[in-house]
Amino acid sequence: MQGLERIVREHPFFAGLEEGFLELVCGCAKNVRFDAGDYLCHEGEQANEFYMIRHGRVGLEITVPGRASVTFQTIGEGGIVGVSWLVPPYRWNYDAKALELVRAIALDASCLREKSEQDHDLGYELMKRFMPILVQRLQATRLQILDVYGSPR
Amino acid sequence: MRALAPALGDAMVPRIARVRRRRRECPQTWTLEIEPEGAPPDVRFAPGQFNMLYAFGVGEAPVSASGDPAAAGPLVHTIRAVGAVSTALVRLGPGDAVGLRGPFGSGWPLAEAAGRDVVAVAGGLGLAPLRPLILRLLAERERYGKVALLYGTRSPLDILYRRELETWRRRLDSEIEVTVDHAAGGWRGNVGVVTDLVPRAAFDPLHTIAMVCGPEVMMRFAIAALIEAGVAPDAIWLSMERNMKCAIGHCGHCQFGPAFVCKDGPVFRYDRVRDILALKEI
Repeated sequence: MQGLERIVREHPFFAGLEEGFLELVCGCAKNVRFDAGDYLCHEGEQANEFYMIRHGRVGLEITVPGRASVTFQTIGEGGIVGVSWLVPPYRWNYDAKALELVRAIALDASCLREKSEQDHDLGYELMKRFMPILVQRLQATRLQILDVYGSPR
Repeated sequence: MRALAPALGDAMVPRIARVRRRRRECPQTWTLEIEPEGAPPDVRFAPGQFNMLYAFGVGEAPVSASGDPAAAGPLVHTIRAVGAVSTALVRLGPGDAVGLRGPFGSGWPLAEAAGRDVVAVAGGLGLAPLRPLILRLLAERERYGKVALLYGTRSPLDILYRRELETWRRRLDSEIEVTVDHAAGGWRGNVGVVTDLVPRAAFDPLHTIAMVCGPEVMMRFAIAALIEAGVAPDAIWLSMERNMKCAIGHCGHCQFGPAFVCKDGPVFRYDRVRDILALKEI
């Protein structure tokens, strides 16, 4: 467990997390690995986990009927895969594929949701860490929708 | 950087130049190598400056210089065919004549970058005006701290200077990161917006000079990311694009608040244009 605690503490997402919260979070965490080509999740499945990437890169993909899958974001070391576990109906909105060997920490979503209900300070701490990611992804999506490179320069 | 005066004669009279080579970079985008006729054949320019290229019988357009400013030989211009003039220019082949005026405008602050970390953020065709700067940074690598080029474009098919980027990436003394907005199968690089690369790049924000070029929306987001990373507004430079016609500040087509992009720009220090950039009317 101590090894896991060290890994979680050193991940940028949980940088500076106070010890009590760290212990609660680690109670919901486990080490996972995915080989290149493995899927971390599929669109429509229950979002039972989110992943803190420690090594390797993950491609987030949307499948368009009749076309090849389109990758709209890659997440590398230090990044987070999965925000769907935060809001009902807790389902993945995309496929996430390991583009190379990926080592990650998987966090059990229902375990974290339950602990957050019991301890709102923990829930608030998690929200403070997830909100910047959500805002940053919203802004990135805006830029992608604008298709700015399609206009002349 | 102080603007260099037009090379020869009346700034409004084009010299005749000949296309020496033409190569396709990506869909709709071509690089032309052109050589002025007569002596002197060389036109000196500073990284970031532009020339006015005249497709005879069609019209004239401003195009950034994309070659190595220290190298002798033809001028290099990368052009995307988006209108009548640019389409006529990219259709020119070896031996064809093109009108040339310039160079015009301000350049990237290469001298101010000495001894500091340098971050160049390019979006789409915005890599073309930054290429002369990158070539100089890499040629005199010992003069600078960390060097990072962060380049974002639409898709893997739209990557400009792809071979050259691959060569630069193989160097061990600089960080060259490329990302695309979306990709289908076969692309193993980054996917995401270029602004996402800023927090991941290795530089000391207190000793960094940043240079940004691309569509205006992308530049606004990139500058916000640089400032969030700790880079001072007066250490950020950007290259603006407006409807430049005369290129010498007489016609007023490219007015940008109290400045003219052709004469006072296209390269501006961010803190000097920040308020104007925020105005929707300009």
